[in-house]
Amino acid sequence: MTMLVYVVRRLLGAIPTLAVIVALSFVMTRLAPGGPFDEEQALPPEIRANLEAAYGLDQPVVVQFGRYVNGLLHGDFGPSYKFRDFTVTELISSGLPVSLTIGAAAILLALLLGIPAGIWAALRQDRLADRLVMSLAVAGISVPVFVIAPFLALVFGIWLHWLPVAGWAPGRPGDLVLPVVTLALPVIAYLARLMRGSLLEVLRAPWIRAARARGLPPHRILLLHALPGALLPVVSYLGPAVAAVLTGSLVVETIFGLPGMGRHLVQGALNRDYTLVMGMVIVYATLMITLNLMADLVYAWLDPRIRRERRL
Amino acid sequence: MSGRGSLWRDALGRLAGNRVALVSLAVLALMVVAAVVGPLLLDYRQDEIDWAHMAVPPFSAEGHWLGTDRLGRDLLVRTLHGLRVSMGIALLATLVSLAIGVSWGAVAGYLRGRTDALMMRVVDVLYALPQVFFVIILTVVFGRSPVTLLVAIGAFGWLTMARIVRGQALALREREFVEAAIVGGAGTARIVTRHIIPNLLGPVIVFATLTVPQVILVESFLSFLGIGIQEPLASLGNLIADGAVEMETATWILAVPAACLVSLVFCFNFLGDGLRDALDPRDH
Repeated sequence: MTMLVYVVRRLLGAIPTLAVIVALSFVMTRLAPGGPFDEEQALPPEIRANLEAAYGLDQPVVVQFGRYVNGLLHGDFGPSYKFRDFTVTELISSGLPVSLTIGAAAILLALLLGIPAGIWAALRQDRLADRLVMSLAVAGISVPVFVIAPFLALVFGIWLHWLPVAGWAPGRPGDLVLPVVTLALPVIAYLARLMRGSLLEVLRAPWIRAARARGLPPHRILLLHALPGALLPVVSYLGPAVAAVLTGSLVVETIFGLPGMGRHLVQGALNRDYTLVMGMVIVYATLMITLNLMADLVYAWLDPRIRRERRL
Repeated sequence: MSGRGSLWRDALGRLAGNRVALVSLAVLALMVVAAVVGPLLLDYRQDEIDWAHMAVPPFSAEGHWLGTDRLGRDLLVRTLHGLRVSMGIALLATLVSLAIGVSWGAVAGYLRGRTDALMMRVVDVLYALPQVFFVIILTVVFGRSPVTLLVAIGAFGWLTMARIVRGQALALREREFVEAAIVGGAGTARIVTRHIIPNLLGPVIVFATLTVPQVILVESFLSFLGIGIQEPLASLGNLIADGAVEMETATWILAVPAACLVSLVFCFNFLGDGLRDALDPRDH
């Protein structure tokens, strides 16, 4: 089987999952007791009927679902029930670039710091550097994003005045530092632990001993013989890392006042804005599944065992 | 029987030799006692406003050991209440996912074949969903009550458990004592409940211990965002959210619940790791 067949099969496999996500989120929001227009003061029945007709809520549920899916296929997520002047699609397209920017920057930062930290710890196993990196990693894994974020804002924003505490303006990269670092820290911690473990395991492998016996220089053994194999678990962690960053962005965008998708989702959830929440969840789910898929494909491409097997 | 007894005794011995795990266990026990008993012994109720002492720092006002928040509510009492709510939800949600996960996995692994494939397909599909986001949808739909939170988190938490248990059950059913039970005329229900499930206890205990901090984190994450536990009820998450608003002038309102949450999660993780090492010596 060639790599291409594998790619196509995996892509097709993602479609049923997406369908389940759309159907499940639609059904869940229709199970809701009460409608989206239940306010403190009851609306006069005529106005209520007009509103429901305007949003298509007077139709049978099956028709509503058909319309919704049809809209989705055309990139239309429907109107927001609470932000009456915006469609969900407008809110998504304004928020997505912000969320993607900080998310991508966080993953990149995590790779750049986490992998070298793990390698360093593995090469200095059981010495001070190793202990230090690993203690920091345990801390990074156990301290949740919503504790890291206010803590960093307090230290670097309020006490030291180095960075802005909140806000977002184009062309002010300083605004992005704290959000990106906050999102990256847990991923750095995980990557460092993972990298250390897998490198230590590979360094014990017979082919590494053979390379040492042949008198190859240590940096050559590390870079050419040990690292390629040791990096595989790191690649397979990329999928969960993306999920962690996307989930964390809800907190980070809320705390640092970034106008991303996460903040829209939280606002939507607080306002019980069904279409907004549904649309955001569908976009987040699609992002996670797509990026997970890409990580899997990279893994399959890198792992010679899988690659060769597929060529047979 | 004596074989199994000594297995557990060995595990206990290994756990007793793990100082980090023991300290974690002690700290956790202390926190549970404090959360359950503490609020009864202190002078203030969690929603009681002390008009004379608003936003006082720790150790500066009589009776308010860890200070008060902006509304003059005692921070120690509120944090202990938050601990109670967060731990309560975490323990119950873990029990819910244990019950579903263990029975689902044990049945699938024991029956094998088409039933197993179908049951595990359900798990695979649910696994692919972004769970936190569906928990958010559920809280939007059914209101932000502790019960919704509990059910929503429990509804997704059982998936990994089902996978672990199924794998173990697949291996266990090939063992001689199961064959002996079948020969002895025991029915499927009896074999699953009497022979498969008791032998799954080790991995189940380890995984449950590691599930509790995960649930605590999800619950406080949602409460932090305002989607979980609502005021005046305290949870570690919404206390941290309160503190984050005030941190510029009153750092302790953030520091007290944050320190509590972080030590809670630390201890559960260390204890879980310790239990895993103790119950599964192959890992060494």
